[in-house]
Parts: sequence; C-alpha cells; structure tokens
Amino acid sequence: MSEATPNTFALDGEDLPFEPGDTVLQAARRAGRYIPHLCWHPDYAAHGSCRVCTVKVDGRAGAACTLRAAAGQEVESDTEALNAQRKTLLQMLFVEGNHFCPSCEKSGNCLLQATAYQMGMEGPHFEEFYPDRPVDASHPDLLLDFNRCILCELCVRASRDVDHKGVFAIAGHGIGTHLVVDSASGRLADTDMALTDRAASICPVGVILPKRRGFVVPIGERRYDADTVADPARQEAS
Amino acid sequence: MTVDSAGDAAGTAAQDDAAAVDALLARHANDPHALVQVLREVQALRGWLPRETLARVGDGLGLGLAQVEGVATFYRFFHTRPVGACRVLFSDNVTDRLLGSEALMADLCRRLRVAPGEMRADGRVSVDRCSCTGLCDQGPALLIDHRHVVTRLDGGRVARIAELIDAGVPVAAWPAEWFEVVDNVQRADVLLGTPVVPGAALAAAVQRGRQAMLDEIVRSNLRGRGGAGFATGTKWRLCRDAPGAMHYIVCNADEGEPGTFKDRVLLTRHADLVFEGMAIAAWVVGAREGRVYLRGEYRYLLEPLNAVLQRRREARLLGTAILGCEGFDFDLQIHVGAGAYVCGEESSLIESLEGKRGTPRIRPPFPVEQGYLGQPTTVNNVETFCAAAHIALGGGAWWSGIGTPKSTGTKIHSVSGDCERPGLYEYPFGTRIGRILEDCGARDTQAVQVGGPSGTCISAFEFGRRIAFEDVPTAGAFMVFDRSRDMFEIARGFAQFFAHESCGFCTPCRVGTALVVKRMDKLAAGRGSRHDIDVLYELDALMHTSTHCGLGASACNPLRDTIAKFRPAYERRLQSLHFEPAFDLDAELSVARAVTGRDDPASHLEPVHE
Repeated sequence: MSEATPNTFALDGEDLPFEPGDTVLQAARRAGRYIPHLCWHPDYAAHGSCRVCTVKVDGRAGAACTLRAAAGQEVESDTEALNAQRKTLLQMLFVEGNHFCPSCEKSGNCLLQATAYQMGMEGPHFEEFYPDRPVDASHPDLLLDFNRCILCELCVRASRDVDHKGVFAIAGHGIGTHLVVDSASGRLADTDMALTDRAASICPVGVILPKRRGFVVPIGERRYDADTVADPARQEAS
Repeated sequence: MTVDSAGDAAGTAAQDDAAAVDALLARHANDPHALVQVLREVQALRGWLPRETLARVGDGLGLGLAQVEGVATFYRFFHTRPVGACRVLFSDNVTDRLLGSEALMADLCRRLRVAPGEMRADGRVSVDRCSCTGLCDQGPALLIDHRHVVTRLDGGRVARIAELIDAGVPVAAWPAEWFEVVDNVQRADVLLGTPVVPGAALAAAVQRGRQAMLDEIVRSNLRGRGGAGFATGTKWRLCRDAPGAMHYIVCNADEGEPGTFKDRVLLTRHADLVFEGMAIAAWVVGAREGRVYLRGEYRYLLEPLNAVLQRRREARLLGTAILGCEGFDFDLQIHVGAGAYVCGEESSLIESLEGKRGTPRIRPPFPVEQGYLGQPTTVNNVETFCAAAHIALGGGAWWSGIGTPKSTGTKIHSVSGDCERPGLYEYPFGTRIGRILEDCGARDTQAVQVGGPSGTCISAFEFGRRIAFEDVPTAGAFMVFDRSRDMFEIARGFAQFFAHESCGFCTPCRVGTALVVKRMDKLAAGRGSRHDIDVLYELDALMHTSTHCGLGASACNPLRDTIAKFRPAYERRLQSLHFEPAFDLDAELSVARAVTGRDDPASHLEPVHE
C-alpha cells in the first residue's frame, strides 16, 4: 500500500489500522476496541446471525463482523441509536428463550447477560415466548439446556471445524429454529462428544455445561463480576 | 408407526423403502449436493420422512443425521412426522382469503372430521395451509400431495373432495377440470404477444457473437425482473470475467412473492423462450451448465418442462455444439424446491441447489464471483431470460426505446384481488397504476399492493404514480383491494406470511416477525393500545436496518404502509390509547382448565360469552 492510502478507517471518530481482508470487527477487536457481539468469535469465520454488532458505515447499516474494512471508512458504533437497537436485539433473544439468570449456572460468565448489562437492558420489553424445550441430561459429563440457546452456532462450528465430529446442527425454521444433536436418538449420550472437545467449552451462554461443576466458582468471582464485557480481555465468554 | 398397523406389512414396507431409497441415492450418484432433490423424491415414496429414512439418506450421502434433519425440517413441504395419505394444503395468500378460502378450509375440515395441521387418526388425510401457490387469478387454490393443484375452489368442490377422500379415490381419478390451470393473459405486449420460433433468438445471438451479444444486453439497459433491478448486462459481464473452472447459469423460477404468477404462465406458454434466454446467457458468459430452480408449488410443470428440454436437445438447441457451433456446449437440469420463500433470494437459492438449508449467504462474495459450488454463477429471473431472448432478436436499442430511460422494456403484472378480469397484464414501464386498474375492471379501489408483501401498498390518492424502478418498483404482483376490505386484516395476513417464511437465521427477522404477529393478533383481538402501534413502528425500524437479508428488511413494509395510509383501520381496534398488557390472565388459565378438565363459568375469570 502506498502512503497515499493508509490502511486506516475511523471508528466513532478515532482512526484504527486494519490488515488487508479484515472485517470492521476484526480490526476493532485487535485494537482492543469494543463492538458488541455474540455469534462472532476470533477463532472462527464470521457468521452474521446475532446482528448485535450492527454498525453504520458511511451512513449505511451492516454487521461489523461481515463488513470488510476499507481505507477512509467512517464507522459509527457506540451511538445512542445503535446501542438502543442492540438492546432491542438482546431483548428479543431473552424473550425468545427461557432465560432465568438467578438460577442459571452460567450467570456471571454469560456473554448474553454481560452484553445486556453493558447495553443497559433492564427488562424484557416484549412479551415472553416461553418455549417448551426439554433439557438433555443424558451425557455423563455434559448437560444440554436448550432453553438458553441463542443460535450463534459456535458449538456447531467448533464441533465440525475443530473437533471434526459434527455433533450439532441447526434444524427447523423461523421462530421454531433450534439446535439438534447428531445421533439416532437425538441425545448427546449417543454421540462421541467429550468433555475435552472445544464444542464443550465454546457456548457463550448456558446451553452446554459441564456436569458436577455447578457454582464451583462462586457468584461474585466470575468473569463479568469484576470486569465488563467491553474489557479487551473479556469480549468473549469462551 | 401409526400408519402401518400390521407388523409384518410394516417390516416389508420398510425393506422396500430402504431398497428404493438406495436406488434413488444411486441415481443421484450419492452426491450430497442433491440432498434436497433426494429428500423430495424419497418423501414421494411414503408421504413423509421417518427418522430412519433420514439416517439412511445421510449414510448414503456421507452426511450426519443432524445435518439431514436440519435440511428436512427447513423446507415447509418436507414432513418429519406422519401426514395423511392425502395431503391437502390450502393456498393462504390474502387473495385466497378474499375469495373465501378460510371458510372453505373450515368446511373441508368439518366434513373430513380433521383438525387443521393434524393427521386424521386413520391416516387417510391431513389438511393445512401453505403460502401463496401462484394461482391468485383462479383461486381459492389447493395443493394436493405437493403435486396437483386444484383451482377455483367452491363449496360444491369442497363437498365432493371430502367424499372422494373419504372413499379413498386416488387424486388421479378426480374430475380433470378441477386441475385446469388457465393462463389468463389479459394484455400482451412484447413478451406475451410476440411468437418466437424455437432457436431463432439463439441463432441471432450466435450470429452476433459473444461480445456483441453482451453489448446488446448492456445497450438495452435491461434490469433484473426479480425485484432488485440489477443491470443484467453488468451481471453477465462480471460473471464472464470472474475466474472459475466452471460457470453456471441459474434461472430463478422460485416465484414465491405472494400474488405473483407471471412466471407460471411464462413457463407454461413460453418455456422455449426461457431456456433460450438461458442458453444466450451461457453463450455470453461461457457457461456449460445451467439449473432451473422451480418452486415446489409448480411441481405440476416439471414433466412438461422436461419434455420441452428433451425437444430442444433433439433440435440441437441444447447439448454439445449447439446450432452446430463448435465449443458452444450447454445443458441444464430442473431443481424442484420444497416450499421456502426465502429461496427466491439468489444466495439462498444457491444454498438450496447445493442441498442445504436455504439460508442467505454472507455477501460479498456475490454469486457472479462465487455462486453454485463456489463457481461464478449468473442468477436471473424467468422474465429476465425471456427479455434477453427478445433483445437477441430485436437488439438493445429497440428494447431501450420501450418504457422509460431508467426502466426499459415491458413488465408483466400478475393482477388479482378485487377486479373483474384478473390475470396477466404486460405494459411498458412507466404505465400509471390507475391505467392498470381501469384495464382490469377494478371498481371502488381502496388500495393496491404492488410487488407483493415486500413491495409497496399504494392508496387511492397515489394511483397516478407509475410502475418503474424510479417510482413504484415491482417484481410483478398487483393485488387489488376494494373499499369493503379491511386493510388491517390484509397487513396481518402479510405479517403471518413473513413469520411463516422467516428462515430463522438472524435474530431480528426470526424473533421480530413472530413479535409482529403477536402484536397484530393482540390488536385483532381488540386488546391493543397506541403503545402497540409504537412497538410495531419500532420493530419495523429495527428490522429494516439490522437483518441479514432482504426478507426481514422488507417484512414490515406492508405494516408501515398500512399504518401510515390506513391508520383508522388500526385505531378502531384499540381498546385504549394507553398501555394494555399483552398478558391475558384468563388465557393463561387455559392450561389449568385443560389439566383439570374444567370449562365451567367458575373456571374463568371473566364471564364466557356464547
């Protein structure tokens, strides 16, 4: 690149460098800047489903995780309007599933909860859907509580691309979209999933949980108890 | 198994199925990209897809069961639970409703003693709804066994259908006139009115040469007829110039926008012209293979279309050395969809062609760079290919002289709803909406939904506006509503459509479309407040800017238009101008009532009105 076109763009008015091929979110993350996100993870290709990272680039809305950074772009992210929109998206995710933070083992380590705090969410705003989603406790070492699934597909990607097991997939459509398990019975016990798999630790919310570890780390000493999700070292839960 | 009562018979049937499934897989060369076609053909064996069958398909294609399950449960026409031996689907577009489809469906269910969406206990029949079947000009319409369409349904036909189903008479033996689909061409211009001898346009293109043919398309200023209006010449050039081992031409015949049925007629009357346009595109782009993505609702067109393809192969208009021109090799296959509106979006369509869930891709890369199987792919609408064939004959300058400078040529409108003469009307771009209303015999018109639910709702004071990309753009639907119609109910029907068709991938569309339906239902029940209208506005604004694809972004268009233009239709439903909770305590007690088997007045919070 010549000096005439430096590889920088402006995020909320501040210049950020980027590498060729970077998305806006990748460049921001590397610089330690926070653009709220749930389904994006630095170890995986962009997915673009949660839409929480939606920003405005030169006035046009788009997901920061899929938009390519380009020299001279003006990116707005931390604005009142965009954060209000993020809060609404978070509220949608909360009412879609069954999220009861006080009784959830993931509380304090949960990316959804931490992001909701960060965006100032104080209530569900919309009516709850209360879906009927039975848990799968069949596996000796892992519990699946589908009530908390936000369909980020990180487990799908980790199991397929890292563990090479393909334990998870997405099924259904519309509001009935849900996570399924790859076995004849549909139960996790009948897969070759192991506690040491990357998919077992990737879940940013409380769907995939190790058994017999409940509240080993007490409330008050958890990931997001001392630091916020905007902290450069805390932007992902897993 | 509910269907097979005798154990032995079930065992034999399962073995037969397994052998038939293996034969089907072999016919598709065990190619995982054929998954959607395999599932469609496998389902035809038994009417639904048992889990063991999905596992067998997965094994045969080298796919996990969960992945196969994910695809099978994505498409509305695949069943992973038992369905009736006769599967009746009522087309549920608002135009079908205007013609009384809901009462007819209730009547059929009553006669057959079956609840909507459920299979009758004896496994004989199930009755449900589906999105628009593209027969709005001759509705109400039925889709039977995902294969046959019944048009012009009325009370008499419903009564006879119930008798025939009860008597176990196969659909093939039902009165043939029920399945008659008429073309209803009411006004023809270039596309519908100029006969073209098969091969003539292709010969003209070959004679012009590849670059000169592209130049004519560019000169014509032809824009895509699927709705987005991208310049066809630019698309072809980008695709031609993109590196790739293969290039593909795909015809988008997934005409899913409710109220649109022009492609149905083009594929019925002018299939040669469609295939000719595809071959011309292949000539320009350098593609050797093509696909037609035919929506599942048009399954009944598959055999006639394949017959046309065969005839064209014999006439050397498809295959190797087309028209004797060395190096011009092109052939195509028809892929039949399985009920998913979102597959009309070109990247979802490509995913579906590849045997996957029809989730829109992240773009860029665009299909012209990396489309079908990762190769450069040109996806155009049926009508666009027809136009391209005419341009090959008449030249770009001739085409660009029709219509307006920014919207050249003609456009076919699928007119339905409250008018005397529904059907196809082809006009040059720039035609006044009022003119179309006059021509189709619409009276006392309150509104027109132009371009389908994702388009624009036009009210009477705007009938002077013109059909054009620069004024009122359209993919072809033109649904007319007279003053007796309740525009709130029209908008609610569209909201239900988008919720039904959301692919479920991104948060704002998946949850937002469902929330919109909840709000509209609350208003319909007379329990709304001004706050609910504010929330609808909020959802519209959010979905417009934050969804992954155009489906979600346009899902609230009819809502926004009708609130703005027909606000009294909403306000007269408000219980108060202040906040009303969505939570209905008496409704919540229904579970308790069901569990205790009670429904007496004392089990209700409020008196029950008979």
